[in-house]
Amino acid sequence: MSFLVIQFLTGLSSSVSLFLTAAGLTVIFGVTRVVNFAHGSLFMLGAYIGWTILTRLPHDPVWFVAGIAATALAVAAIGAALETTLLRRLYHAPELFQLLATFGVMLVIQDATLLLWGPNDLPLPRASWLRGFVTILDSRFPLYDLVLIAIGPFVLVSLLLLLSRTRFGMLIRACTENRDMAAALGIDQRLLSTTIFALGAGLAGLGGALILPDTSANTQMDLSVIVEAFVVVVVGGMGSVGGAFLASLLIGELQAFGIVFFPHATLVLIFVIMAAVLTIRPNGLLGDIPLTAPNQTTRILFTRPSPTLFWLGGAVVALAAATPFWLPPYWLSVETEVLIAALFASGLHLMMGPGGMISFGHAAWFGIGAYASALSLKMLAAPMPLALLAAPVATGATAALFGWFVVRLSGVYLAMLTLAFAQIVWAVATQWTWLTGGDDGILGVWPSGPVPFFWWVLALTAIAIWLLQRVIRSPYGLALMAARDSEPRALSIGLQPERLRMVAFALSGAAAGLSGGLFAFKTGSVFPTYVAVGKSVDGLLMVLLGGIDTAIGPIVGAIAYTGLYDLLLQTVSLWRMALGLTIIALVLLFPDGLAGRWRRS
Amino acid sequence: MLSRRTLLGTTAVLAAPAIVRAQPAPIRIGEINSYSAIPSFTLPYRNGWQLATDEINARGGVLGRKLEVISRDDAGKPQDTIRLAGELLDEQKVDILAGGYLSNVGLALSDFAAQRKCLYVAGEPLSDALVWEKGNRTCFRLRPSTYMQAAMLVEEAAKLPAKRWVTVAPNYEYGLSTVKWFKALLSAKRPDVEWVGEQWPALGKIDAGATAAALAEAKPDAILNVTFGPDLTNFVRQGNTRGLFENRSVVSVLTGEPEYLEPLGDETPVGWIVTGYPQEQVTTKANQAFIAAYKARFEKVPGMGSVVGYTLIQSIAAGIAKAGALDLDKLVDGFSGATFDSPFGSAAYRSLDHQGTLGTFVGTTALKDGKGTMVDWRYANGADYLPTDQVVKSLRPNAG
Repeated sequence: MSFLVIQFLTGLSSSVSLFLTAAGLTVIFGVTRVVNFAHGSLFMLGAYIGWTILTRLPHDPVWFVAGIAATALAVAAIGAALETTLLRRLYHAPELFQLLATFGVMLVIQDATLLLWGPNDLPLPRASWLRGFVTILDSRFPLYDLVLIAIGPFVLVSLLLLLSRTRFGMLIRACTENRDMAAALGIDQRLLSTTIFALGAGLAGLGGALILPDTSANTQMDLSVIVEAFVVVVVGGMGSVGGAFLASLLIGELQAFGIVFFPHATLVLIFVIMAAVLTIRPNGLLGDIPLTAPNQTTRILFTRPSPTLFWLGGAVVALAAATPFWLPPYWLSVETEVLIAALFASGLHLMMGPGGMISFGHAAWFGIGAYASALSLKMLAAPMPLALLAAPVATGATAALFGWFVVRLSGVYLAMLTLAFAQIVWAVATQWTWLTGGDDGILGVWPSGPVPFFWWVLALTAIAIWLLQRVIRSPYGLALMAARDSEPRALSIGLQPERLRMVAFALSGAAAGLSGGLFAFKTGSVFPTYVAVGKSVDGLLMVLLGGIDTAIGPIVGAIAYTGLYDLLLQTVSLWRMALGLTIIALVLLFPDGLAGRWRRS
Repeated sequence: MLSRRTLLGTTAVLAAPAIVRAQPAPIRIGEINSYSAIPSFTLPYRNGWQLATDEINARGGVLGRKLEVISRDDAGKPQDTIRLAGELLDEQKVDILAGGYLSNVGLALSDFAAQRKCLYVAGEPLSDALVWEKGNRTCFRLRPSTYMQAAMLVEEAAKLPAKRWVTVAPNYEYGLSTVKWFKALLSAKRPDVEWVGEQWPALGKIDAGATAAALAEAKPDAILNVTFGPDLTNFVRQGNTRGLFENRSVVSVLTGEPEYLEPLGDETPVGWIVTGYPQEQVTTKANQAFIAAYKARFEKVPGMGSVVGYTLIQSIAAGIAKAGALDLDKLVDGFSGATFDSPFGSAAYRSLDHQGTLGTFVGTTALKDGKGTMVDWRYANGADYLPTDQVVKSLRPNAG
């Protein structure tokens, strides 16, 4: 009995920091519709700045509170600066483009933190009152955890009062429900956006500072918190502070009791719950505004390309086929990698562009394809061509099945369900050791030689990309875009949007699967990192960087991103900062993507 | 009259042999590690290999040639490791590959090097698979493996009266493998031991309060801890506040290494049995000289990572010197049985399984001036904590 009570209280206290961070994320999204990837970095800055401030203050409770408040204000100021200098310029760019910018910010902050605070974990020495405990039913429970349990509802009530009882709150609610209407009524959106960004950042900073008595400030905390915060926001309902509170409680308790019953499955549990909640309540626990797919400012139809473009493409492939004769081996391997990335991005583009569906978890298909190829080679002793065929077949089938479940969702909810699925695949790849080899992966998946393999890759990617381009311009592609642009009208002329999207899911998955299979042979191995969040983000970056509204955008994006990443990683020690700054610069200079600018001019 | 061209030509001819004599092409070592992903370990490690390279070059290098280390950051992703290893081999024309921190990166590099017929020397990766079930002819590994670390700790753990044990370890290869060996070895020595609970927090995401309470609920006499880094700090703080460690024995892997001990500060639990590196307390000549040189250059006390980086390059230099040439067969023969100096004393690469015999220190934790430290330590020589040759041969099926 006492154990259950203690575990319940522990769950409550561990949910608080997550709630604060997620609440910040959710208010920012509600008003600005920015999916803020840098939110985890603000949380991390909260911990580091909090450490800097608190280690210099006297160690009593009053100074502790003052230090935490000062930290929250400092991070709020950083948030406001971020909004005014960068994001404000991007509100008119296609939605999701801000995601790209905030991803760049995240990279910059990672290296800036390393430069400013050094590589070591920074623990805050705990004052004696922070080490105190109370005895509950014969078990010791940390006093500080009780304080945290009180802070959660306090912040929740303050935020709810702010939203419901003040003029500022009224404006926020107005903008959350209908931005255009609020703007038409003369509400100064710029000021409001800056304020809300500062508020959200301040909450993340508060969340980061409050964990200091428990754990040290370290350079990995941004990534570990951001995915969980996204989950909380989506499970709670985008834009809903109360929902974020409920969802973080749910996740806190789930972890506290989950580790007792399923100590091995902690990774997968929270994503299974998220998938379950979204299947039952597609808008999250308390989300009442059904959020549609982001309405792009300009959505174009992909029309038949001129024959010139076709011959141009053929010429490029022919030129590429000759490269093994003169290109040094390493650059040939980079070229192989670029081709594989172009296929991955093209598949994702079919879903995101013509399909209008965002995927935050496209790595799932890449990974399943890679494992399918590697396993059919290793376990069934299949020859390479057959092993490569297994990849798109396995992923296409899985993606069709998954698509069948999720196509009725839309917008960010759909995106989060794809993320949940990818995380489940990742957890399986990591923990189903006898099949997948766990973290150690599957090794020895080598092709016969790099040059014949390059021709295989070139042929397969060229054919697959050509087919994808054909699909976009086929009657099916037009129907898919019709369903994207207006579902009611599409329905009224007899189209079946859900089935159209399911097919797009399967095709997109199969393309990613084939690229995963090729990549397995390219690196001679498969690891769970192929399914990690980072791989999905890579795909998003390539599509967005290239331009979502052009058919060759993903190819341009894949070349630019892969080339940039490979180049910076091997030449610059602060490669994350360089990559982040480059992404930010590209976002500012090419708000329609690289190929978008080219098309327009 | 001499034309200007003739003059220049003559000078060039005269100067050329001097240049060639002064600078024979250096031996190139391609080094890859997770610098941006795990800076707290890898940055001291980089200092370590830089120091060793400069020392060796100041002595005139190896085989009359200087050593040159070309370093790459793999961002903690094995797929990037493979690409960068290709770049180091094909573009930079390195003679040897080295490095790695995570076990999966080490295994990926080992497989790649075998495929490309290049020697690979692993520094930090601890996975047993690297030299045993996935071991191959071209891979050597420096540090004591998870098996060896477990065996060193079991020796002490078996002396404890504790019968009821629980384990807490990060849920990936390193944690799983350490717990597996610890359980097997301790149960073999002490058949009366019971395993009454286990916790597997995800790496970097420990829910420390809940984990501590769940462990306490099993009413254990002793705890095996395998968590490290930020997870460890979090776990220790919750455990201290909740009284988890009171009247219990704790055995903890790697916790005595400065990188992991230092963040615990004045909350370092007293009396844990750990493996680690007691830095300046080790008064051997080799260690003192190493610390003095390191301090003089970097104005810091070296960590375990520094020792690994330093010894890695020393061992490579010794291997090359013994091989006498840089082709693969000579290198493999040269590295097999090569002895090298380390701050911990002399060690060697076994020809049986290419495992290094570098050891580590086993001791107990203590508090001194508000900082964690190791006391009652002794050096555990790696050679003494390996299974019999017969067993090793059966564990290493695929390699000559």
